[in-house]
Amino acid sequence: MSVGRGDVDRDAARPEIDVAREAARADDFERVSGPAPMQGLLAVNLVGLRTIMRREIRRVTRIWVQTIVPPAITMTLYFVIFGSLIGRRIGEMDGLPYITYIAPGLIMMAVITNSFSNVVSSFFSAKLQLYLEELLVSPLSTATIVVGYMIGGIFRGLAVGLLVTVVALLFTRISVEHPFITLSVVVLVAAIFSLAGLLNAIFAKTFDDISIVPTFVLTPLTYLGGVFFSISLLAPAWQAAAMVNPILYMVNAFRYGMLGVSDIPIGVAYALILSLLVILFVANMWLLAKGRGIRS
Amino acid sequence: MDALRLEHLRKTYPNGVQALRGIDLVVEEGDFFALLGPNGAGKTTTIGIITSLVNKTAGRVVVFGHDMDRHREAAKACIGVVPQEVNLAMFEKLIDIVINQAGYYGVRPRLARQRAEKYLKALHLWDRRHDIARNLSGGMKRRLMIARALMHEPRLLILDEPTAGVDIEIRRSMWAFMRAINDAGVTIILTTHYLEEAESLCRHVAIIDRGTIVENDRMSRVLRKLQYETFVLSLEQTVEAAPVLDGYTVRLRNEHEIEVEVSREQNVNRLFALLSDQGIGVHSMRNKANRLEELFMRLTERSGSPEDRP
Repeated sequence: MSVGRGDVDRDAARPEIDVAREAARADDFERVSGPAPMQGLLAVNLVGLRTIMRREIRRVTRIWVQTIVPPAITMTLYFVIFGSLIGRRIGEMDGLPYITYIAPGLIMMAVITNSFSNVVSSFFSAKLQLYLEELLVSPLSTATIVVGYMIGGIFRGLAVGLLVTVVALLFTRISVEHPFITLSVVVLVAAIFSLAGLLNAIFAKTFDDISIVPTFVLTPLTYLGGVFFSISLLAPAWQAAAMVNPILYMVNAFRYGMLGVSDIPIGVAYALILSLLVILFVANMWLLAKGRGIRS
Repeated sequence: MDALRLEHLRKTYPNGVQALRGIDLVVEEGDFFALLGPNGAGKTTTIGIITSLVNKTAGRVVVFGHDMDRHREAAKACIGVVPQEVNLAMFEKLIDIVINQAGYYGVRPRLARQRAEKYLKALHLWDRRHDIARNLSGGMKRRLMIARALMHEPRLLILDEPTAGVDIEIRRSMWAFMRAINDAGVTIILTTHYLEEAESLCRHVAIIDRGTIVENDRMSRVLRKLQYETFVLSLEQTVEAAPVLDGYTVRLRNEHEIEVEVSREQNVNRLFALLSDQGIGVHSMRNKANRLEELFMRLTERSGSPEDRP
């Protein structure tokens, strides 16, 4: 049976349809579309960036039992077992009580794993459930999308890092020798691993793909990255091998900021951290702009 | 001004399938345009390219004068899209979904909240605004996607089967809403499998089949091109074979029903007279399909059965 225009017009008498018509006729039909000068695009991207940030931060706080609590519990166990129980038998490392020595490493470990897993799971979920299309069809620049997700990852990394610091203070006294270095390194490292998580999510096609990197790459590199020991304990050949692990530089830079001791010159650590940040940012930009893994 | 201009649009997927084989299409500003075609014809690929979810192989997309390659952001800002597949963040609240979407288009939070109320109310979702999307029915999810697409008040709204799986009452209210949006000046491109929907709402129609446009004209002119209509006649008595009626093609459906093809030049009164001469009375008569459906079938059958498609 065909339905003519008249069939629909009869519906116009229904009150809810009147609301629909009224809505569509509203005078405040303000458009942001049409010719967009640079100033307009900048404003659109700033509002867009704030929106992505707010959404990502809300996601972290909404599911805080999954995002914030587990790493805090894990790190508490590390402090109890490695710091308090075993640490007493180890004595000092680099002239510091063992529990104090590992505190910056454990904080950094929490920051690394959480900033990474936040972005990889958030972006991959958006890709899998297709609501990433909300962003892809919008006029937002690729840089805005990358920075938005990166800030979400930084937020969770720092939130968990702060909580682990509070836990650490229950077990040992920590002074911050170089506040600027401490703060800048932790933010930069959180940014790096947020971008690494994004890279992983771009390539990922299954849930297995987002667990392979944390399990087989991130965890071994973190454990061997000087969290629990000074590389001066290693044989010269192993010391040389350890130097290719970027996490070693990050952990030592952070430890230098907090405790004033490091196996690595701080300048070299900064250079590596900044280089990695730029490389990962450019790689993500390029892949997203090309549509790798997200556009057919 | 043209709302949308597609020039020589081609898409070949990595597996070698040619989804689009050079499409040229113009949609004028303010139009209500139907893009029809069988499954796999290239409709969703075309929409994917327009909305930049699919990379084109060749060709040009221009939206309100903005070339998609050179002024991508400006072009995208003009478009709102309701995709065929549900693509909602299932664990987010309705209100957050629509306000976030506005933010992605640069709409500030205060205005976004006003619009959220306006469109969620218009689509009967305001009372559910604090629910998460996962808890909505299928029809509600479709309406939420329409509200979301309208949050930046686009000049071109693309609706890819927006009423699929929606019951008839809600579908009709959605038709009224779409028509009101179009009346307010928004250009609409609609794809649908409900051809009565396209016939009822749209002023222009393009039919795409196997990656090419096989028909593109005003709806009224397209329907006039239909040379034949098929009627189903319910008979007052049983017949064992299709009666022979001079000048008409008749097929037996069952012992109570026959199908008769009637050309535009032929007279239905003469058909009844011929039946009456053979002592056959007609209890009732109806169209086998609506007119657009009939034309659609003829056009797409002409270019091969669905099984022949790549």
